[in-house]
Amino acid sequence: MENILHIFIRSIFIDNMIFAFFLGMCSYIAVSKTVKTAMGLGIAVVFVLGVTLPVNYLINKYLLTPNCLTWISKDLAGIDLSFLSFIIFIAVIASITQLVEMVVEKFLPSLYSSLGIFLPLIAVNCAIMGGSLFMQERGYANIGEATAFALGSGIGWLLAIVGIAAIREKLKYSNVPIPLRGVGITFIITGLMGIAFMTFMGIKI
Amino acid sequence: MDTQEKEPLFSAKTWRLLTNPINKGNPITVLVLGICSALAVTVKIEAALVMAISVTVVTGFSSFIISLLRNTIPNRIRIIVQLVIVASLVILVDQFLRAYAYDVSKQLSVFVGLIITNCIIMGRIEAFALGNKPFPSLIDGIGNGAGYGLILVIVAFFRELLGSGTVFGLRIVPESWYINNGGFYANNGLMILPPMALIVVGVIIWIQRSFNKQLIEK
Repeated sequence: MENILHIFIRSIFIDNMIFAFFLGMCSYIAVSKTVKTAMGLGIAVVFVLGVTLPVNYLINKYLLTPNCLTWISKDLAGIDLSFLSFIIFIAVIASITQLVEMVVEKFLPSLYSSLGIFLPLIAVNCAIMGGSLFMQERGYANIGEATAFALGSGIGWLLAIVGIAAIREKLKYSNVPIPLRGVGITFIITGLMGIAFMTFMGIKI
Repeated sequence: MDTQEKEPLFSAKTWRLLTNPINKGNPITVLVLGICSALAVTVKIEAALVMAISVTVVTGFSSFIISLLRNTIPNRIRIIVQLVIVASLVILVDQFLRAYAYDVSKQLSVFVGLIITNCIIMGRIEAFALGNKPFPSLIDGIGNGAGYGLILVIVAFFRELLGSGTVFGLRIVPESWYINNGGFYANNGLMILPPMALIVVGVIIWIQRSFNKQLIEK
């Protein structure tokens, strides 16, 4: 249990998707003009990460890691399908995003109208794919840890995008050097926020 | 043999496809695509260069293949078809790197896999390859990969020089300058940490836009 809490806190603050690994930067820059849309995209990312990562965890554990097919039959020992992981992960992400979109549209129309346009975009958000690849690389012990990592990373991403959106809303009233306006200053502010987040580095739970 | 309508292999138009993404249509600084994987691999030039070449190869060939198939892919399922083609190319690149450049492959870790979700690739497929012939698509893909690679190498150059005092692993700042050896110099440790990559890109955007007034955002 402590371990799960540790992974959760760590993935929000220390291994933050944006500030430590730059994952999902494309939509982070493009959709952070207002807090409201940033919030919508952020919640959609938490949601999709929370659904796809446990699924990819199970697929990775029972189908892709070397020598893992022995649960089907003993003859399959020695098979290593790990080279297929990229294509399978991306297929799972794309199809689950599609599925989530359809389910949300059917049962939660109000959520759909607020998230609607962001859901299809998420299939190609690096944060989702990156989450699955980090999960594979770090080898989490069980599905609980993987889920904690997924939710933590999602919430960290949400925190980052809402933070930058709030700053950009205020930034409209400040006198930024003209060539730096728009994307340039967003990069620099993200860098400064990243330095601020680095102070969490020593936290141990 | 050339007929009248046929364009020469490297007409001015094709040439522009190749050179435009390097400055005015640069995928990173102007279109703001593909930053996800761009910044994490720029601590050392070697890794940045390998990443740049991998992305160029994948962008070029995926645009080429999609362009060959553009009239046969049903519109509704095109995203998943594109993802499958890109993912297969990335698997090829990954296996190649593991076989011939294992150290760099370890350094790049998950970022090779993240080429799949690199927005430049999907962006060029959607914006260019779906509506153009295979050869221009290939050139367009390579041009965009090169524009991406250029920024990567510039960022990596500054981060490696100021952060470790080396370029391509060769020592530029002499050992005797360091404080430990009785000198006056110390590496800027901040340069090798992630946030500085963002600030370096921000400064590159600033410089580029000061020279190209038409790129300035309102």
